[in-house]
Amino acid sequence: MSIVTVQLGQCGNQIGFEVFDTLFSDSHSSQGLCSKRENEAYRASCKERFFNEEENGVPIARAVLVDMEPKVINQTLSKAAQSGRWKYGQHAYFCQKQGSGNNWAYGYSVHGPRHEESIMNLIQKEVEKCDSLSGFFIIMSMAGGTGSGIGAFVTQNLQDQYAHSLKMNQIIWPYGTGEVIVQNYNSILTLSHLYRSSDALLVHENDAVHKICAKLMNIKQISFSDINQVLAHQLGSVFQPVYCAEGSFHYRRNPLEGFKDPALYTSWLHPIHALNVWKTQRAFSKYEKSASLVSNSQFLVKPLDMIVGKAWNMFASKAYLHQYTKFGIEEEDFLDSFTLLEQVVASYYNL
Amino acid sequence: MTQSVVVQVGQCGNQIGCCFWDLALREHAAVNQKGIYDEAISSFFRNVDTRVAGDSGSISKGKICSLKARAVLIDMEEGVVNEILQGPLRDVFDSKQLITDISGSGNNTGSGLGTFLLKVLEDEFPEVYRFVTSIYPSSEDDVITSPYNSILAMKELNEHADCVLPIDNQSLFDIISKIDLVVNSGKLDTTVKPKSLVISSAGALKKQQKKPFDAMNNIVANLLLNLTSSARFEGSLNMDLNEISMNLVPFPRLHYLVSSLTPLYTLADVNIPPRRLDQMFSDAFSKDHQLIRADPKHSLYLACALMVRGNVQISDLRRNIERLKPSLQFVSWNQEGWKTSLCSVPPVGHSHSLLALANNTCVKPTFVELRERFMRLYKKKAHLHHYLQVEGMEESCFTEAVSSLSALIQEYNQLDATKSMPVPDIPRLSIAV
Repeated sequence: MSIVTVQLGQCGNQIGFEVFDTLFSDSHSSQGLCSKRENEAYRASCKERFFNEEENGVPIARAVLVDMEPKVINQTLSKAAQSGRWKYGQHAYFCQKQGSGNNWAYGYSVHGPRHEESIMNLIQKEVEKCDSLSGFFIIMSMAGGTGSGIGAFVTQNLQDQYAHSLKMNQIIWPYGTGEVIVQNYNSILTLSHLYRSSDALLVHENDAVHKICAKLMNIKQISFSDINQVLAHQLGSVFQPVYCAEGSFHYRRNPLEGFKDPALYTSWLHPIHALNVWKTQRAFSKYEKSASLVSNSQFLVKPLDMIVGKAWNMFASKAYLHQYTKFGIEEEDFLDSFTLLEQVVASYYNL
Repeated sequence: MTQSVVVQVGQCGNQIGCCFWDLALREHAAVNQKGIYDEAISSFFRNVDTRVAGDSGSISKGKICSLKARAVLIDMEEGVVNEILQGPLRDVFDSKQLITDISGSGNNTGSGLGTFLLKVLEDEFPEVYRFVTSIYPSSEDDVITSPYNSILAMKELNEHADCVLPIDNQSLFDIISKIDLVVNSGKLDTTVKPKSLVISSAGALKKQQKKPFDAMNNIVANLLLNLTSSARFEGSLNMDLNEISMNLVPFPRLHYLVSSLTPLYTLADVNIPPRRLDQMFSDAFSKDHQLIRADPKHSLYLACALMVRGNVQISDLRRNIERLKPSLQFVSWNQEGWKTSLCSVPPVGHSHSLLALANNTCVKPTFVELRERFMRLYKKKAHLHHYLQVEGMEESCFTEAVSSLSALIQEYNQLDATKSMPVPDIPRLSIAV
């Protein structure tokens, strides 16, 4: 069963690259404690999920790259191609010239509809290459304009067009202080929309991953590349094949099925579990990881509460609203988002 | 990657523009080793095969043939533009890009025609952002009618510009003096790398920089380069021009940004340790590095952007924001009002650099002073007849202009009033679960 990945915006594309690279490296790395046969099954499973085989043997990632400006996509495509080990599809990307200006409204209401056909066509092409589609993995940030706005738009479209496939969104929670000034607005608009159309939201906070780099990995001058690699390792461990209940040698066919479990539904998986020697981990440890993730499901309520609070504070002064209303996102849309998220927060607190 | 058109108006505008194109060529030459016409260089230059006439000569990919600046040069007199066309930059412009007229307009071109153009651009290209670098007159300005020009121009800037970067000559002059002090300090072991001076021009303009304006204009040219670097070159956290406007303009008319550039030079001597990275951040918040005289630390920040170039990572950025935050006052609804960008390519001659853009109420005194100087003249109707003689100009233009400025000042006043108040506790929506 295969997963089609959609990487959106600078963040989504930078992380997407690291994820595929990690998945590829892991599937080709030492097998550790498992047997050779097991390892081969593992490798085959991983490959089927994330890569398409090409004629000359270089696997092609099952991915669609979307950005509203060309620099990051160009870099991502060439980094993959240069590695010589795997690459992205030659035509598997869509890009424009101008960016989304950190404006959720511009991403969602202007770029989304304008480029809907092109983007959905690309996704459709990827889906057709899969023997059987398990679902979509959408990588996006909340703070900017493309990942957040177009990400929300595309997820909604996927909900309409592929109602029976699972959609998991990897969202990057920005640093608490300043990457983007309007990040709180963009975040609440994104979350409220995704809440209605996504099946699972996998969250990574920049602050948390940053701490891992600083305290657990002792990196002195932490770059986004470091952060993205840690993130990719964590994601990789979640996505690599796991044994299903029936027993050994049968890898769980649908990698996203685990997330249908009601106990995990809409749970916000907390990333503060350092992966030490993730490469030698094969099947069993994946279960352990899943269990511990569930127990942390309430952990993101506090950051969510904080974002809603800051966004509300700014909204009360009406600052920056003109930037959104000029593209069709009105005060009422903001209020709807606030209402929905306050309900989520209240529900979690009542758990 | 966006492409931008530079519109240079009047003597001041064209002289600055000239420095800008010179530096832009140098910057792209340093990065673009293979001579391929790429996305970065297409931001400011067209690629043209000069052997082919007309529009069919333009080449969008491949080797660089002949670069033409995406510029429009406008002046009411021919002098300055002619000088550019006879100088080393002559091949960078073609004749269709120039607009000159023979009759002079007596010190009115930049402010008058320049701001008129803003309205025209807004009407013709409503979706394209308009960034304006304006040189504000100093109080010792020798043009008597400059207060009239400034107030009339301000009305247009208020209504038709997306973002204004005000600059004053005195600040530029102070920066030059500071650099002179270091360069000529006489210490044998302190040599400044010539290319790294924020006031130095590239090889093309080899003539002696005897006029102080050349050095000053280069500072502004550097500002424009750094403003657009993250849009042109790659980095781990890109920032395009439309993001500047989105993040730094919380209300449509409050779009005046105080800029600071650092470093102003790099020391060449290897025995002296390179200026610590953190020092660069501190400098950006020092008045010595601002391009306009103002006191942001004692006023209120509405928003602040840090555009970093070179070998600087996110942890360096965050550490410095945490360090500097306590000494700065941000408005209550934007306590973490920071927008940041990381561009991998440093400016020529430096390993890293920083441009800080602050939307801060400290610009208010500049506007108040402008209004005062205007009122002194206007009360006596001094020199007014020169303006009223021009068709389309009436006294109402003046009264509307000063009222527009007063409204702007009032908006800043209201924000300043919130400074000493405690952060309001705004009740959240209460939801029945």
